[in-house]
Amino acid sequence: MNLLTGAIASLLLVPIFVVVGIFLGLLFRGIDRKLGARMQARVGPPVRQPFIDLRKLLMKENMVPRHAIGWVFNSAPVIALVSALLLLLYLPLFGFAPLLEGYGDLILIMYLLMVPAIALAIGGFSSGSTYASVGAQRELVLMMSYEFALAVVTVTIAFIVSLANPLLNAFSLATLAALPVWELAGPIGAIGLVLLLLALMLVMPAELGRIPGDIAEAKTEIADGVLVEYSGRNLALFNLAQDVRTIAFAALVVAFFFPYNIAPHFITLEGSAGMIANAAFFLIKLFIVVFAGSIFVHVAVARFRVDQAAKTYWGPVLGIALVGMALAIFGAMMVI
Amino acid sequence: MGIDSLKRSLWVFHVNSGSCNGCDIEIIAALTPRYDAERFGIKLVGTPRHADVLLITGPVTKQMKEEVLRVYAQTPDPKVVMVIGNCGSTGGVFYESYNIDGPVDKLFPVDVYVTGCPPRPEAIIEGVVKAWKKLESLEAGK
Repeated sequence: MNLLTGAIASLLLVPIFVVVGIFLGLLFRGIDRKLGARMQARVGPPVRQPFIDLRKLLMKENMVPRHAIGWVFNSAPVIALVSALLLLLYLPLFGFAPLLEGYGDLILIMYLLMVPAIALAIGGFSSGSTYASVGAQRELVLMMSYEFALAVVTVTIAFIVSLANPLLNAFSLATLAALPVWELAGPIGAIGLVLLLLALMLVMPAELGRIPGDIAEAKTEIADGVLVEYSGRNLALFNLAQDVRTIAFAALVVAFFFPYNIAPHFITLEGSAGMIANAAFFLIKLFIVVFAGSIFVHVAVARFRVDQAAKTYWGPVLGIALVGMALAIFGAMMVI
Repeated sequence: MGIDSLKRSLWVFHVNSGSCNGCDIEIIAALTPRYDAERFGIKLVGTPRHADVLLITGPVTKQMKEEVLRVYAQTPDPKVVMVIGNCGSTGGVFYESYNIDGPVDKLFPVDVYVTGCPPRPEAIIEGVVKAWKKLESLEAGK
């Protein structure tokens, strides 16, 4: 009976997660555009610009090209957005445990992170345009390049937790939130963890399709690539999926490396005041991650070529991740 | 709902229908940080499927007629057509020439004409303001 009421309560919370996820995604995109403009000494669009763009796109005509495979073309954006939102349900947000804790773990999150990218590629292939096929192939090449480094980081984190506590489920997000890896790895391991964090931040722009990893959409090379034939509602859904995925990926970085809560450890606030302080602290952590991994990077650098992206992610980034893995595991074993 | 959000987020697609590149350079100048058109939500997009505004330059040569018509058809409604420069507005120095099928308003209705050879970036931005007014009158008419 208890289980059933718990499940119903979780179901009621899902719409709130959807609304909050979409709102945060659009808000962060707005801050992204504003800060990017300020860094280029421009005034930039208002922070609510993504909301205006979304409203406009929903009002526009939704065109399906003659050569497209209609049902694939129309379902790809929905799959992308739903899987991005689903990610949020499995991640610890605002200092709370994940909503679907116990129903899925890190492995599921890794797969869910891949789904929007695959949906984007499938949508591109199904739209029957040459530019879109080129973009979709680039998306797949990019995915194959960064996925290994991402897997190395994830598995190392879980391995360190399981070394310290063999009895706990190391792939559960609640375990990771309760046991910050910095305390388990020791001084040598901490150097390894810094390298792992660096690798994860380098993967971030490619994962989110932002400069320098936006080769699949490369506006000035292949005319918006995978999205070339998308318009109106479908385009709005793809953009939303990207924005929500930004939040989800940043929340994952926070869960891996910065799972600390501000209350009640650092400031003494009890009950709901502590919850609000934790939520605000979480937003600050999220913003720092997004700023360092996406906003600052896409203003500072130019786009990779396809071969550069593959070489970078298979070479230096994977190297950093592997050295980080070796050091972190060695450090954790020394502590035990 | 709708039209007013279109007004604050005009995504423009740039079509060259046989222009000498003079107007095209001025369009790029209007989008540079100096004028910062992104303040008003104006963004250059790479495909007509994402566009709200078509910026057409050039007198529409015989070679480009089909392509311009196709780009017009590929742009989702509601859309605004802006002609930049004398050539697209009237034919300019190519008026009644044997190898043009223009000016642009022979092919489809044009909302805003920005004349000049080439027009200054300020004139192009003023043209966008006129497109806003056109959208406002559309909204009032509903």
